[in-house]
Amino acid sequence: MSAAKSIVIRGATVVNPDAVFQADVRVVGAVIDAVGDALEGDIVLDGNGCYVSSGFVDLHTHLREPGKEEAETIESGSRAAALGGYTAVVAMPNTDPAQDNVATVRFVREQGVKANLCEVMPSGCITVGRLGAELVSYAGLADEGVTLFTDDGNGVQDEDTMKRALVSARLANVTLAQHCEVSSMTNGAVMHEGACCSSLGVPGWPSLAEEQMVQRDIALVRTTGAKMHFLHLSTQGSVQLVRDAKAEGLPITAEVTPHHLSLLDELLTSFDPIFKVNPPLRTVADIAALKAGVLDGTIDAIATDHAPHAGHTKEQPLDEAPPGMLGLETALAVVNTAMELDARKIVELMSWNPARIAGLDARHGRAIAVGEPANICVWNTADVWEVSRESLASKSKNTPYHGMNVRGRVRHTLFNGQIVVNEGKVTR
Amino acid sequence: MNHLLSTRDLSVDEIVQLLELADHMAEINSRAVPKVPALRGKTIASVFFEDSTRTRLSFETAAKRLSAEVMTFSASTSSVNKGESLRDTIETLTAMGVHAFVVRHKSSGVPKQVTQWTNAAVVNAGDGWHQHPTQAMLDAYTITRNFGDKESMAGRTIAIVGDIKHSRVARSNVDVFTRMGATVVLVAPDALLPSSIEGWNVTTASSIDEVVGHVDVLYMLRMQRERMDESLVISMKEYTDLYALTQDRAARLAPHALLMHPGPINRGVEMQVDPSEVPGSRILQQVANGISVRMAVLFSLLGGEISPAITLGGDA
Repeated sequence: MSAAKSIVIRGATVVNPDAVFQADVRVVGAVIDAVGDALEGDIVLDGNGCYVSSGFVDLHTHLREPGKEEAETIESGSRAAALGGYTAVVAMPNTDPAQDNVATVRFVREQGVKANLCEVMPSGCITVGRLGAELVSYAGLADEGVTLFTDDGNGVQDEDTMKRALVSARLANVTLAQHCEVSSMTNGAVMHEGACCSSLGVPGWPSLAEEQMVQRDIALVRTTGAKMHFLHLSTQGSVQLVRDAKAEGLPITAEVTPHHLSLLDELLTSFDPIFKVNPPLRTVADIAALKAGVLDGTIDAIATDHAPHAGHTKEQPLDEAPPGMLGLETALAVVNTAMELDARKIVELMSWNPARIAGLDARHGRAIAVGEPANICVWNTADVWEVSRESLASKSKNTPYHGMNVRGRVRHTLFNGQIVVNEGKVTR
Repeated sequence: MNHLLSTRDLSVDEIVQLLELADHMAEINSRAVPKVPALRGKTIASVFFEDSTRTRLSFETAAKRLSAEVMTFSASTSSVNKGESLRDTIETLTAMGVHAFVVRHKSSGVPKQVTQWTNAAVVNAGDGWHQHPTQAMLDAYTITRNFGDKESMAGRTIAIVGDIKHSRVARSNVDVFTRMGATVVLVAPDALLPSSIEGWNVTTASSIDEVVGHVDVLYMLRMQRERMDESLVISMKEYTDLYALTQDRAARLAPHALLMHPGPINRGVEMQVDPSEVPGSRILQQVANGISVRMAVLFSLLGGEISPAITLGGDA
């Protein structure tokens, strides 16, 4: 057996938690073999003008398999993830069947291994079938390596159920992630409740419906001492609630999506369901508050909520079309275009913090240093490109950014030491 | 004008021109044989995904009086019941050779979505709670022709009473009436107002008694019983106490004031008086005007810039 070929990433700037510096990075096998000047290797990847960091980790990916393979498969979603610089994604459990059992969780993980483009980490449901009633066995799924549990798409409505879920989660040492939405306030809701919604004559999704559940869950975390992660926060009020809860020292983390940082509710004046998403796009004031939360650390992670939908489903009337938009392939560029963030902050939000929240930090979200696993991406913040839905790897085309110019691009991605993306193209 | 999707698609000048064209159409409608060849050879598809009697008949009558062919589609008896998508329905009808679609749908925004799938003109005949532009045109026509100033509603006060929140008629009328210079007052309980009226350029009142004595137009909306049941926004008794038009209240209308309603009337709910006994009632006139106004809209969309005097001159 011949020795593994060495790969050198040449000329990039290393982004580590403690330092940002110019160096070549050599990978042999599945680990980083050297970090230094003028390294030689069998394969050389151009890193000029780029950063090299641990690969991105998405806390919030809908891969649709099993159940809606028409919209996305684990293979096509993994392809999109690799192109977006992700070396690990947390697969949301709202599949069919739902990820509330060992067999489905194993299936998802194995399909990810088969695709071999990034690590696919299945999440589990909080309640059986995501119906909000009977609790899933967290310890049982934790034995399968599941660390994050959510009913995403639904919030757990009943207070006592949520409290019991948190107590069980603490015992199993797993994290619950809440989709915050008081459903009695969002019946039939299509978009943010405000001036635009009133003028268009569609049912509104009030900010209060999110904030009420954030507030309730903070109180439950205080009572139970369990860890809690808030998915896709979208309102000014939510950011402040989380800021205060963190100041109090509660074990809470929170994510925000690229689209909630960049797109306004007014886009719905087109009545194009491509802009329908849950929680909905909100206002200038909400975007400003989310950005402030990102900058001051209230928000721990950027997560895509990548939600593929087959084209015909987005051609239905706005109130019937499913909510959700693609995100994996545009996340870095959209965030970098929407906000002035330094490279270190970008990696913190897109790799280090999410890896820790998902319990993936033994393999992902680590420093670029000798002996570390080679889950790496090479990217820049300068390339301007036009998003085109036709050129995306996802099986679905529902990107809200089609035709828009964005800045920042992933050039290479290495997963387990193998080049899965080279010069912006998937290698297999 | 390629489509009529919202009243916002039209400037005040365009509205005034459309209403002038409706005067010509009204003249045609007064003839012994109310039919002209203006749209001969044109096919208009009347595509109603939501039930409607008066709007559908009004559009179809308007189309026929202009000699257009009318293709009728109703969701309850069509392939939509077999799961055909909106897009496929529109593309299929387009392939049959349609020059204009008249679209009614329970969901806001559908007429706008339809424009992506056809090169034909699209007229919104009512979409969800969003817009009902030809209703606003016929209401503006009725008001301006009754008061004699054809180009403006300046100095007029119009109260719109009822379920504003769920009303496409209210959204279209507020836009047209305010831009034509009227002062508009919305009379509704808070639960039946939209969550925001920012930019609507209106005031509000919380009972019909506050406005009935000094308005030029009292515009009553239909109160849907099912709405009241489902949301329990307000009890029926409370609603009728504050917002129904009773005989006493009708008697307090100024002598010149108009009573209007988009229909169908809910007798015993918002209308607790027989409208035929209210001298200012223009409810049936609205219906008649609806045909003239819709003829004007269809002609503008399909007949282009041709001078109406020439094209509309002779009988068919």
